[in-house]
Amino acid sequence: MLTVEKIAKSYQGQPLLNGVSFEIHASETVCLLGPSGSGKSTLLRIITGLEEPEGGDVLWKGVSLADTPAHQRRFGLMFQDYALFPHRNVEENIAFGLRMQNLPQAEIHTRVQSVLETIDMSSFAQRKVTDLSGGEQQRVALARALAPNPRLLMLDEPLGALDRTLREQLSQELRRILHNTQVPAIYVTHDQDEAYAIADRLLLLHNGIILQSGQPHEFYHHPRNTWVAKFFGLGNLVEGKVTAHSPIQVETPLGLIQARCDRAAPAVGEKVALLFRPTMANLSLTLENNPIRGKVLDQVFQGGNYRITLHINQSVPQFIIVLPEPIQIGADLQVYYNPSDVLCLENNLEII
Amino acid sequence: MSSKTRLFQLWLKKPAWRALLLWALPAAFLAYFFYQPLLALISMVLTGRFAVVSPTWGIDLSALNLNRIWQPLTFTVGQAALSTLLTLIIGLPGAWLFARFTFPGKRALKILTTLPFILPTVVVAAGFNALLGPRGWVNLGLMALFNLPAPPIQFLNTFGAILVAHVFYNTTIIIRVVSNAWSVQNIRLRHAAQVLGASPWRTFREVTLPLLKPAIIAGTFLVFLFNFTSFGVVLMLGGPQFATLEVEIYVQALHLLNLPMASVLSILQLLCTLLITLGHNRVAGLGDMAISPAAQKIGVRKPRKGLERLVVILLITALFVLLVAPLGALALRSFVKLEPTRGERGEIQQGLTLQFYRELGVNRRGDLFFVPPITAARNSFIFALMTIVITLSLGLLVAYALLTRAKINHFLDPLLMLPLGASAITLGLGFIIVFNQPPFSTVRFPILIPIAHSLVALPFIVRTLSPALMNIPSSLRNAARVLGASPLRVWREVDLPLLAPAILVSTIFALTISLGEFGASTFLVRPEYPTMPVAIFRYISQPGALNYGQALAMSTILMIVCALGIFTIERLQLPGKDMF
Repeated sequence: MLTVEKIAKSYQGQPLLNGVSFEIHASETVCLLGPSGSGKSTLLRIITGLEEPEGGDVLWKGVSLADTPAHQRRFGLMFQDYALFPHRNVEENIAFGLRMQNLPQAEIHTRVQSVLETIDMSSFAQRKVTDLSGGEQQRVALARALAPNPRLLMLDEPLGALDRTLREQLSQELRRILHNTQVPAIYVTHDQDEAYAIADRLLLLHNGIILQSGQPHEFYHHPRNTWVAKFFGLGNLVEGKVTAHSPIQVETPLGLIQARCDRAAPAVGEKVALLFRPTMANLSLTLENNPIRGKVLDQVFQGGNYRITLHINQSVPQFIIVLPEPIQIGADLQVYYNPSDVLCLENNLEII
Repeated sequence: MSSKTRLFQLWLKKPAWRALLLWALPAAFLAYFFYQPLLALISMVLTGRFAVVSPTWGIDLSALNLNRIWQPLTFTVGQAALSTLLTLIIGLPGAWLFARFTFPGKRALKILTTLPFILPTVVVAAGFNALLGPRGWVNLGLMALFNLPAPPIQFLNTFGAILVAHVFYNTTIIIRVVSNAWSVQNIRLRHAAQVLGASPWRTFREVTLPLLKPAIIAGTFLVFLFNFTSFGVVLMLGGPQFATLEVEIYVQALHLLNLPMASVLSILQLLCTLLITLGHNRVAGLGDMAISPAAQKIGVRKPRKGLERLVVILLITALFVLLVAPLGALALRSFVKLEPTRGERGEIQQGLTLQFYRELGVNRRGDLFFVPPITAARNSFIFALMTIVITLSLGLLVAYALLTRAKINHFLDPLLMLPLGASAITLGLGFIIVFNQPPFSTVRFPILIPIAHSLVALPFIVRTLSPALMNIPSSLRNAARVLGASPLRVWREVDLPLLAPAILVSTIFALTISLGEFGASTFLVRPEYPTMPVAIFRYISQPGALNYGQALAMSTILMIVCALGIFTIERLQLPGKDMF
């Protein structure tokens, strides 16, 4: 339905978006994920028409929106700070978009009531928005964006200003409402847990392009490169140089490691990085594969498991593993990694 | 340590007592010099007894000519309303200009707009006189160009002159108040409206304008108040036939010596200003509805091509002309001789001259009641110096009292601010009614003048010092104490350096307010001790090029001093700066 084509935009002379392209399909919730300052909000403003791109185009069902001003695009946008009109009460805020469509008074009233019911705030209709709590404001903002039945809903870090527990609770509610309304949605966040909870599909924005897109589990199992792995906090990254093909062998400060590769196999001599997931470490001595030896620096109990920090050598001063049993601090420890659990990644980061 | 001093120290530790001690002197000053004359005025009017002044003046209130009250009142309200309307018509587009656009020279124009805040009324009146008066640039130019025998433009003593001067004074208030509110509006509110389907015009009508409304109303009240209490402008530009309440009080008291009538008008004036002030306070602050910390302010941009650009250029030009023309005309005219001096016959020497400035030191008339103009300048600076000393000492005491957050502050603080609402004319009238007796009447030096100036300036000084003092985190003082500084040392090492900019700003405020004060001074001035504004008023209405030139020269000096003052304040950028 929505096609974003090679959008480019600079900010204060620096390129911010470098040709961003993606598509949103009917009734799909897509999370646009990226670190702060990556241009997520700018991209949203360009899609809504509040800002003009320097290059590229936004299309709806194949038709360019370049000449459609923001107020005629029939998109909904929920702002990070909610942007509720302080001079209007809850009902008037929600009715605003409906009034802009010049609907009859009676219909506006019914629609507002039904939206208020959706967000469980029927008794709040006459309240001043300045008297609402953060969570209540968030729900009113969502209701206001949904009331005019937008053909696309965009949410800009809608939970960003709330505290942790409220966020978890409201992200479930958001997910329910978005699925019930069937409106295609772009949900911007920098929080991956939030993204996992809401999204059918993730888009990762970095350096002005969509670095990777796919379903949440794909990011976990097949990160495209070290930056993605690091952003999602997938595990220990160790640099190395490929010494052999099939099986892939990489020379690293940990020793010679056998690994698996998702993409086209790297050439011999290529510099790569290996991803060791903490939970994949094995204590079992029967596996004589990829031994990693180190001294236990620290251990933290994490409800069921122990998070253990190993010191391996000067090149790899800290290596995190998760084990079901405690190990004495200061002890020497050897763990093993199955070659299929060590992922060889394109290295686009200075890791240490 | 004796038990008595220890008891005293313990007693001082309680905020309520400390506040009381700090308030003692300022409260006594206010009570004696402001509330005593004010209450005397009120009681005279209420009891209908004017015997306090003189037993022969026992006039019954019912015998007062109501028409003499009704006429100035309706005129005052009418001219204030019309002036305010005109001010809004120019000020609101000006606010839009400053809130939304960048343009070359914006900073300079912004500094220019601060000028009217502090320029004395006599200077502004002299400026318009030098531009549009019978001896001003425009009239002399037209006369020379078309060989006219008389000035073609009649500007002085017209209703239009009053309106123009009021617009000059107050446009910048609307610009400041409204553009400040405009530029802190959350841009996302506008975006939200647009995304919800509101066209740009609808967005302005439904979101931007309603959010600006409190600021616009507050500004309107303020402008109306200033127009309502305007004295110098009306007296010097409007002439005798346009009497506002203030002018009528002045005429009744000083020319017709009808103090009862003047008192009744004063009370009426006070009630009106109180009402306007209450209205203003009700709406001021309503605009502070910021609900989100992440609010993003609207940005300024360059005007787009076409109509928008044209409108912006026209606005900038209009504001520039409005602000600069009278002041520039004043300064230029004070250096140019165009007409004969009194008694000069035949061909006169026209052209650039410093004569008016040189003659400031000379008493041409040899009159006992006329002193050389330079004496007036000297007097003014002496009065200003005394005003600075009085207001700074009292202001610091009050600022520290307000810092204690004692309950008594809620009661005393509004009482301190009331002199803002009372007009200088009322103040002057009250002074001559109550203090026209020993010791004040016997001292040759008019000590009452700096006292009146202090009463006018004190609210401004307190509103400058108090926020600055409250902004000093008490942790700084605690840190200094823990590091071994005695309380006095803490004050010298922490408070004083951090307060220094605010003290400087206060000094400038006191200086410029005292130098420019006209209303109260006209009542209290002694012939041998004129102030600069009073001297300018005397000289500008005298015939002859020399008198006129000297009045303009003095006005120019006053203007430069005030301009330097306001530019210094502007550069210091204090939190209490925008107290309007």
